[in-house]
Formats: sequence, C-alpha cells, structure tokens
Amino acid sequence: MKIVVLVKSVPDTESKIKIAADGVSIDPAGVKFVMNPYDEFAVEEGLRIKERLKDDTTVVAVSMGPERGVEVLRTALAMGADDAIHVSDPAFEGGDAQANARVLAAVIKPLAADLILGGKQAIDFDAAQTCPAIAEYLEIPQALIVTELKLSDDKKTATARRRVEGGDELVELSLPALVTCEKGLNEPRYASLPGIMKAKKKEIKKVGLADSGLTAEQVGAAGSKSKVVKFHNLPERPAVKMIPGDAATQAKELVRLLREEAKVL
Amino acid sequence: MQFPLTEEHRLIQETARNFADNEIAPVADRHNREGSFPLELVKRLGELGFMGMLVPEQYGGTGLGNLPLVVALEEVNRVDASTGVTMSVQNSLVCAPIVHFANETLKQKYLPKLASGAFLGAYALSEPGSGSDAAGLVSSAVKDGDSYVLNGTKNFITTGAEADIVVAMVRTDPNHKTRGITAFILEKGWKGFSVGKKEEKLGLRSSSTVQLVFEDLRVPAANIVGELGLGFKIAMHTLDGGRIGIAAQAVGIAQACLDASVKYAEEREAFNQPIGRFQAVQFKLANMATKLEAARLLVYNAARLKDEGQPHGKEAAMAKLFASEMSNEAAREAVQIHGGAGYLEDFPVERYFRDARITEIYEGTSEIQRIVIARHLLKGLR
Ligand SMILES: Cc1cc2nc3c(=O)[nH]c(=O)nc-3n(C[C@H](O)[C@H](O)[C@H](O)COP(=O)(O)OP(=O)(O)OC[C@H]3O[C@@H](n4cnc5c(N)ncnc54)[C@H](O)[C@@H]3O)c2cc1C
Repeated sequence: MKIVVLVKSVPDTESKIKIAADGVSIDPAGVKFVMNPYDEFAVEEGLRIKERLKDDTTVVAVSMGPERGVEVLRTALAMGADDAIHVSDPAFEGGDAQANARVLAAVIKPLAADLILGGKQAIDFDAAQTCPAIAEYLEIPQALIVTELKLSDDKKTATARRRVEGGDELVELSLPALVTCEKGLNEPRYASLPGIMKAKKKEIKKVGLADSGLTAEQVGAAGSKSKVVKFHNLPERPAVKMIPGDAATQAKELVRLLREEAKVL
Repeated sequence: MQFPLTEEHRLIQETARNFADNEIAPVADRHNREGSFPLELVKRLGELGFMGMLVPEQYGGTGLGNLPLVVALEEVNRVDASTGVTMSVQNSLVCAPIVHFANETLKQKYLPKLASGAFLGAYALSEPGSGSDAAGLVSSAVKDGDSYVLNGTKNFITTGAEADIVVAMVRTDPNHKTRGITAFILEKGWKGFSVGKKEEKLGLRSSSTVQLVFEDLRVPAANIVGELGLGFKIAMHTLDGGRIGIAAQAVGIAQACLDASVKYAEEREAFNQPIGRFQAVQFKLANMATKLEAARLLVYNAARLKDEGQPHGKEAAMAKLFASEMSNEAAREAVQIHGGAGYLEDFPVERYFRDARITEIYEGTSEIQRIVIARHLLKGLR
C-alpha cells in the first residue's frame, strides 16, 4: 500500500499570536511552530497500518507551505515515515483552502495513494476544508473526524468510526480514500533518537508549481475565490468582579448585577 | 536555543521536551512526594534512546554525543531533576567509561542493555570516609586466582537500589594512593553484593541514593574496566564528562525557575497591579535570564569540546561551577518572586529550590571545581 499523510506547520498552542502589520497574516517572529496536533494522529495511524501489514507499505509525508514545513516533515520522518515531500513555491502564497487543495491533489495524484490521512483541521485557521477538498479534486470517498479506522483483509475497503450527535457512525469506504483524524484515534509516538538519526539521512523532495502541472492562475492568491480581508484581535477580557459576602448576600447581589448591569434578566 | 544547534539537535530537543512535558511532568510531584523511583518512565526514556546517547551504534546506542545529550538533559531536568540525574548517571558515568576504557567483551556484554535502558547502572566512587578526596577510598579488592574478592562500603550511590550493574572504584594496591585503584563492573545478583541504607534527602527525592556493601564479593578479573590500577584515571576522566551533564541539570532547573517566575509575575497582583510591573521583580527576572543564558552557553561549549576530542576538563569544571551556582541563585530568586507561595509544596519552585542544591555538591563540590580550574591555570606551580 501507499499511504500519504498530510502534515502542516502551525503555531504551538502556547505561542502568543500577534497579527502582522499587513493585518491579514500572523507575525511569525517569536512564534514556535510545531506539527499540527491532529496531523500527529494521521502520521501515527499511517505508521500503525504499515506496522500491522508488515509488507512493502510505505508512508509518505506531504506538507505544503513555507520553508518551516521542512521541520514538520523531518519530524514525520523521525517518527518513521519513509519519504517526505515539501510542496512550496512563491506562486502558492496567499491561497485559500480550495486553491491549496488543488495543488495538493495535483501533487498527490501521481503518487497513486491507497489511503490519504490528514488531521481533522489545522489549529491555525480551523477551516477544516483542505482535506475534504483534496478528496473532491481526486474524486475519491472521504470520511472526516474519524476516531477508529480498520482496513479490510483484502485492503480494498476501510471502515471508519465517526462520532455523531448521540452516537457513533460506521462508514465503509472503498479505497483509495481520504480520512481525517480526530483525537482518540491513537496515541502518537515520540520520535526516537534512532528514528531522528535515520530521518537526518533522508532527502526531502521539493515540489513547486512547475512539477504540479498547474498554471499560476490556478494556485495561490490568483487561484483563490476567497481571501482574508482582516484579522481582529479578541476583545480584551473585561475585569472580573468578585462578589463578597455569604452565599445569600452573594446571590442577591449577583441577581441585581445581572439585571441592572449585565441587563440579561 | 541560539547556539549553532543543528536540525537534528532541534528534533532531539523537541522529543525530549515533549516527553518531559507530557509524561514526566504530570507525575513528577507525586514521585518526589512519595520518594518513589519512576522506573516505568526511566525505561521508556531508554526505549526512546535517551540512555545510550554516548554509546556507539554498533553497541546498540546512537553515539550522538555530549552536545545532544546536554540538550536533552536540560529538558528532562526542567521538569524533574530526579529523573534527570538518573539519565545523566546512566549516560555519562556508566556507559561512557565502558565505551572509553572497557575491552570488547565487556562492551558487547553490557553496553546494548545499558543503552536500551534494559539495564540500569550506577557509578560507585564515594565512600563513608572519602568524597572530595576520592583517592582516599579504602574498599579493597584482593586477587584470588582468576577473580578478586571485594570488601567495603560505597556511599551516596545514585540509582544504587535499582542498578543492575555498578561501575565501582576499589583499591587493589594499598601502596599507591591513585595508581592503586581499579575499576570493576559488578552485577547486582552476585553473592556478597547488597544494597544498604536508602538515604532520605533534601531534594532529588525520587532518585535513589543508597549505600552499597561488598562482603567477600567475588568478581571475575575479566570484569576489570581498562587495566589494573587505572581506576582513578578512569574515575576522573569520567567525571569530566559527568560534570557537563550536571551543569545541564542545573541549567534545566534554572529554566524551570525562570518559567515559573515569569508566569507568576504576570498573574500575581499586589498593590492593584501584576507584580511583574515592579522593577524589583523585573530586575530579578532579567538577571536570572541573563545568567541562565551564560551558563547554557558554557555547558554547550564544554560538551562541544568533549565531542571534538579537545581538552575540556577546565571548561567542564567551569560550566558545572557557574551553572550550579547560577541555578541556586535562580531558585532562591524564584522562591522570592513567589513570596509565601514559593515556600509551599503547592508551587513547583519549592521543589526546584530543594533540587538545585545538590548540583553544587555531587560530581565535585564547587570548592573542588575551583581547585580543578585553578590547577589548569597555575600549571607553573606543579
Ligand atoms: C544525592 C547524592 C548523590 C550522589 N551520587 C553519587 C554517586 O552516584 N556516586 C558517587 O560515587 N558519589 C555520589 N555522591 C557523593 C558526592 O559526589 C560527594 O558527596 C561529594 O563529592 C562530596 O564529598 P563528601 O560528601 O565526602 O564531602 P567532603 O569531601 O567531606 O567535603 C565537605 C566539605 O569540605 C570541602 N572540601 C573538601 N576538600 C576540600 C579541599 N581540598 N579544599 C577546599 N574544600 C574542600 C567540600 O567542598 C565540602 O564543602 C552523591 C551525593 C549525594 C548527596
């Protein structure tokens, strides 16, 4: 089998995010970038399938974005991925999810993957659109936000468990298919030191516009039908008011404040 | 991380940091309070390769070297100095002398198990009557056919209770103070080997520190590390490396002190403002961060010199001296910034304060480090 895992470099959840001077991007200065946490589940799942099958299955990590994407690819290799492809080109900049998915689909298609795994969403922009759009461009079935994945013995189908309102849904997909991974699917491994040493020796393949077979009009800002016009900071958290006194006094005062100040009663 | 660390170092740091934050940190307080050795975590560190960083690949390690080792040690010590010293001892005091001085048979026999963490090791130099004056040791080994019969007591031995093997320095010739010492590898189950008193300590409470007792302990001559009479040289060479690891431990503890202090200074309010707005607090933080950075660079540099095969005894002593004193100052200031809360078990700086203290004592006290450095300076007085 060939398994493609999609990984993205995103700001660490603990980083303090500042909006850049242009108002439509994040200032990367001082931000620590890591592999999107949901993509870790995707890498882990790909590796577990490979380890279970014990055949010639390979796991290829693919990342699109600026140079720092190389770091998350190196992490995926250190975890145990066989190959890595970095999709990067100045022409790809400013693309929306649809334009980016077009590029990724074009890069993935010739790999003839049986299974494409991604995170359920990237925690930077939370759009959760790129993966489903890739499945659409490739015209393959998809199951999103999956917490359990099983391959059939003949490796022709996969069964995915999805949490839906009030219960779980089991979806059977014919392969090739795309699956996005949710917390609970597995427990991602740590890159071991021998794994890191092996990763160092592997080459990360670069793929740009020319290799994608697309034109400059189809990609990046030019190929996008939506664009970010402005980022806003969250409003500052207003001061917290502590109400003193015993429970009865506190309750009385709280009701008064809710009525007179917050005007919600 | 400004020093020229490579992509590989960055990945090692990331793995060590994630493992430390996700696996060690959540249980560190409990283990320290109970005084229980975190065996499972130590084994997992071994499985990830963190116990064999100085062991060449052919013996089951990664042979990554001292710079990556100190980078990883800092991360582990940042969350728990007890687990940190276990890792440092295994790499620098147990694996390293076997790699450098033992014959092929001993290397094949012990290194793969030590590198994977399947075996834990201890380093036994100190005795009830000798610490700083290490060559004053009196435990003895007397030749009897193909083996030696050992008698004596080793004091303050880290991981001694859990260790499967011990690298022990024992006197084989009473007529030569330094050249009369030999290094042996001992195994736990051997008759005449026993674990004595477990020490109750100010800090490092989930690392074990025990007495080891040898009573007519028969050791095959084949288990001599290097040659007869080379024990003191091996012990000193080994400590030159170990000190860099302890310096990294001091840096890790200080980083934890700084992180906790910055957080507290932003959150705690007094006189209607965050205490971080007071210049007195700001200056403490600025001093901590600056000295911490200086110490880290000394540690990196000593590790680099060692990896390059250059003389590093002076630099290792400087790194340990400066980093351990810096760490204690940082811990003291961190408690101060936390006010009364800093004195309570509920806040992590209370443990950092207790843990930092040992870095000025073991693997050579600060006084001994100054002596080592001065000896390097005053070569003309020999
Ligand atoms: C938690 C812990 C773990 C340890 N782990 C190990 C281990 O795994 N293996 C091991 O072999 N040992 C271990 N030790 C022992 C440790 O290395 C010694 O405690 C240390 O070297 C100091 O020796 P000492 O305690 O005998 O102090 P002493 O040598 O008695 O020193 C007492 C004081 O005198 C000072 N002093 C001594 N000589 C001089 C001098 N010439 N000039 C100026 N001042 C001097 C010292 O600096 C110190 O301040 C451990 C100790 C502790 C507490």
